[in-house]
Amino acid sequence: MNALRTMNHDRRNQILTALAIVLVAVLLVIANMTLSKYHLRLLNLGGIYVILSLSMILINGFVGLFSLGHAGFMAIGAYTCALLTMEPAEKAVNFYLKPIVPWLGEMHMGFLPAMLIGGILAAIIGFLIGWPVLRLNDDYLAIATLGFAEIIRIVLTNLQTITNGSLGLKGLPKMEIDVFGLLPESMHGILVLNLSACIWIAVIITILFFVRLIRGSYGKAFKAIREDEIAAEAMGIDVFHHKLLAFVIASFFAGIGGALLGNIMQTIDPLMFRFLMTYNVVLIVVIGGIGSLTGGVLAAIIVTIFMELLRFLDASWMLGPVQVPGTAGVRMVVFSIILMVMVIFKPQGIMGRREFSWDWFLSIPTQIKEFSLNRSKKEASADSKKGCE
Amino acid sequence: MLKIENLNVHYGGIHALRGISLEVPDGKIISLIGANGAGKSTTLKSVMGLVPKTEGSIVCDGVDITNLKTKDMVKEGIILCPEGRRVFPDLTVAENVMLGAYVRKDKEQIAKDEKWVYNLFPRLEERKWQQAGTLSGGEQQMLAVARSLMSKPKLLMMDEPSLGLAPIIVKNIFNIIKEINQVGVNVLLIEQNAKAALEISDYGYVMETGKIILSGPGKELLQNDGVRKAYLGE
Repeated sequence: MNALRTMNHDRRNQILTALAIVLVAVLLVIANMTLSKYHLRLLNLGGIYVILSLSMILINGFVGLFSLGHAGFMAIGAYTCALLTMEPAEKAVNFYLKPIVPWLGEMHMGFLPAMLIGGILAAIIGFLIGWPVLRLNDDYLAIATLGFAEIIRIVLTNLQTITNGSLGLKGLPKMEIDVFGLLPESMHGILVLNLSACIWIAVIITILFFVRLIRGSYGKAFKAIREDEIAAEAMGIDVFHHKLLAFVIASFFAGIGGALLGNIMQTIDPLMFRFLMTYNVVLIVVIGGIGSLTGGVLAAIIVTIFMELLRFLDASWMLGPVQVPGTAGVRMVVFSIILMVMVIFKPQGIMGRREFSWDWFLSIPTQIKEFSLNRSKKEASADSKKGCE
Repeated sequence: MLKIENLNVHYGGIHALRGISLEVPDGKIISLIGANGAGKSTTLKSVMGLVPKTEGSIVCDGVDITNLKTKDMVKEGIILCPEGRRVFPDLTVAENVMLGAYVRKDKEQIAKDEKWVYNLFPRLEERKWQQAGTLSGGEQQMLAVARSLMSKPKLLMMDEPSLGLAPIIVKNIFNIIKEINQVGVNVLLIEQNAKAALEISDYGYVMETGKIILSGPGKELLQNDGVRKAYLGE
């Protein structure tokens, strides 16, 4: 501990971060070996929600724009990745109403490039939508982005020969990335990452990226725009350029999140990407605290777990002698109520705008000491008062 | 140093500025006074490129900068310290100060200027890690000035620095403006507090309904009967 204190502050934080990543990696490897398929899937879903919530927090929390277009960008990422990674034969089976366009039918590539192309395509669409839409503010922006997300979904539904329309795509291959895939063939297969590993590596990269972005000068500019657009502009910050940049970055990560989501679902269709999908992410972001990356990560995992824990609400249950029939979606009602209560009583969410920092973490022992010290003092003074009476 | 000629601005159908011409010579404090709605703020905003101009030219040190974007204006060394302070309330004082240097890349010089600014406003250094929104009005005005100075301006345009401040703090702020001017920053000052502004100004312009109706050395304007009646309440 003393060595930690005397070390250069930044250097210390870097080392601690590296250690934390190693620790998380070890825990994940253990989880991968011991957890059941169901629990593992939950863990992966949590990871994907972390990516999605961070990308939404960037626009809604740090730049202060109210965007509701996430589902659309996720759909682009999911469809792109799926279509590029499915075997040509599998695609032929899927497209039984109308055959797929030949050039796409034959296209086939690895997961990593497919996922990145999915993200980049989402970012490009984000740029094209953001260019006109980001001139709007507040509610108008929310309505416009929501509308565009719907347009994306409807376009996907109607491009029968490219997306298979409302039939969706089934039998997506399980994601696997061969780390040495680009090297000579003798190296193939030495280290193959399974789906969980891919997702959590993506999660860690995403978290590190966003932390760097927010701590850097761009992050400060984003916050300045959130606080006071005119003052930010007067300081020489190109407000529109920064808004567009944030929107494109968020679209990219939404696309990546969508691609990963498609991979754990193994089947995608346009209905998956309705507003409800965006709503889930909004829910996480609000619970976590709009404007805190830490809050986003925590809330993503908490909400994913609770969504599963509350599944019993959807089943039928006995109210005394009466059997209440099971209704799908009751747990979402519960979540909506939680959201309402949250907005009324604790609008700043779990974390507000606070962030996790190593300084805070390392000061926990002293905080606990002070806390107990204060309490014993209070008790002592209370006792002495009693004595006086 | 800065020369504005025949500046015209329209807000929709309203002709807000009708041919403003003024000049800021090197090393001077120039003030622009006038009643509410005369177009003082609009003048500064349109110079900065925050409001589109319909006509006119702006020349800085012989270079035509009429159509530069705001961020390029800041790079050219012209900065606006906006009306009502407009600090970033949820960011710390230190972050606010550093945001002033956003367009600059020269890290070493920025660090030096940061020291200089905290020297100028020791109060801000004491409150470096406090959220800017928790500062008092006077401190926020100091922070706004400090933030503007971090862009290393040749010309600092201040929009109503005395707005909503106690008289003693106003005095303090005006002393600081003089001090800033002495280290080589030209100042273009907008004020409703005409007396205080003209007292420290080398030259003043009086605006009314989008036009400049009068100009002259600060001390002379203070003696002018029309100005006294209209703006000094005598």
